[in-house]
Amino acid sequence: MLATTFVEYAVWAVAAAICLLGALGVVLFRNPVHNALSLVATLFGVAVLFVAQEAYFLAAIQVIVYAGAIVVLFLFVIMLLGVDAIESLGIERHVWRRPVAIVAGAGLVALVLVAVLVGTAEVTGQPSSTGSLGGEYNDIERIGRALFTDYVWAFEITAVLLTIAVVGAVVLSRKPTEAALDEAEFDRVVEESRLDEDVPEELDDDELDELEADDEAVGSEDLPTYVDEPGVTS
Amino acid sequence: MNQQAYVILAALLFGIGAVGLLVRRNPLVMFMCVELMLNAVNLTFVSFAKSLDDVGGQVVVFFVLVVAAAEVVVGLGIIVSIMRRRSGVTADDLRMLKG
Repeated sequence: MLATTFVEYAVWAVAAAICLLGALGVVLFRNPVHNALSLVATLFGVAVLFVAQEAYFLAAIQVIVYAGAIVVLFLFVIMLLGVDAIESLGIERHVWRRPVAIVAGAGLVALVLVAVLVGTAEVTGQPSSTGSLGGEYNDIERIGRALFTDYVWAFEITAVLLTIAVVGAVVLSRKPTEAALDEAEFDRVVEESRLDEDVPEELDDDELDELEADDEAVGSEDLPTYVDEPGVTS
Repeated sequence: MNQQAYVILAALLFGIGAVGLLVRRNPLVMFMCVELMLNAVNLTFVSFAKSLDDVGGQVVVFFVLVVAAAEVVVGLGIIVSIMRRRSGVTADDLRMLKG
């Protein structure tokens, strides 16, 4: 009994240390690749804590989905964009931002610590309302039963969410057919298009006659009067 | 092993993630901090599922994982499409949201 308790505490302590060091690494390292690798450490520590609390299926999912897919996605994007864009933590546009952030974070932690340490040690609530963790079924069977009975509507909505996410990712990552313009580029293109609108040098007499005929057919008295502007052909 | 220790650890993780989200300006790192906060909440859910002997907490963690995956996919897509036009952009530069 004593040995079991010690092992539990030791597992918790080691996993907690890994989690916290990884979390600090995510925040404090400057290179995004180091941030991503620290995130892997934290996710692994959380997976160990899941195992310690008998959530074996979630621990496996945590390693496969988070460490296996999400962090790899992060690393892909980092490699795609290049790691040269290292932000400097020393320069801050607003001097008040970092103290405010730290105070806000400390306040959040303090709230939970007060609630946990000062409040009652016992968890209130109806136990086993959606199914007990013990019993005849194993871990995956229990989650599957809850998922396809009580939570089946949420499950279906999740399928829709994943479909939307896939479509959104495809749309976002598609190369635009016409390159989007910067502001400077936009001004230049507008200038060029104005130059293109210059009057053709010469018009044949026939063409002039046609244009005049068109004007008369439209009825020039209905047309608003135009003010000559540079670049606008009258 | 009582459940308080897990909740305290989750609170610390959440606080670190929140501070990181507010302090860092690289959009990728901000996303990683969001993942940290999600993991802290997941840890709390699993811990309460254990102490209440209720599988509902574990199912919620399952959904959080799925939503986090979808969020990362779309968010990284947005970041890539922004960075493709202006490399080295930070969250400060995007405050006008005009691209």
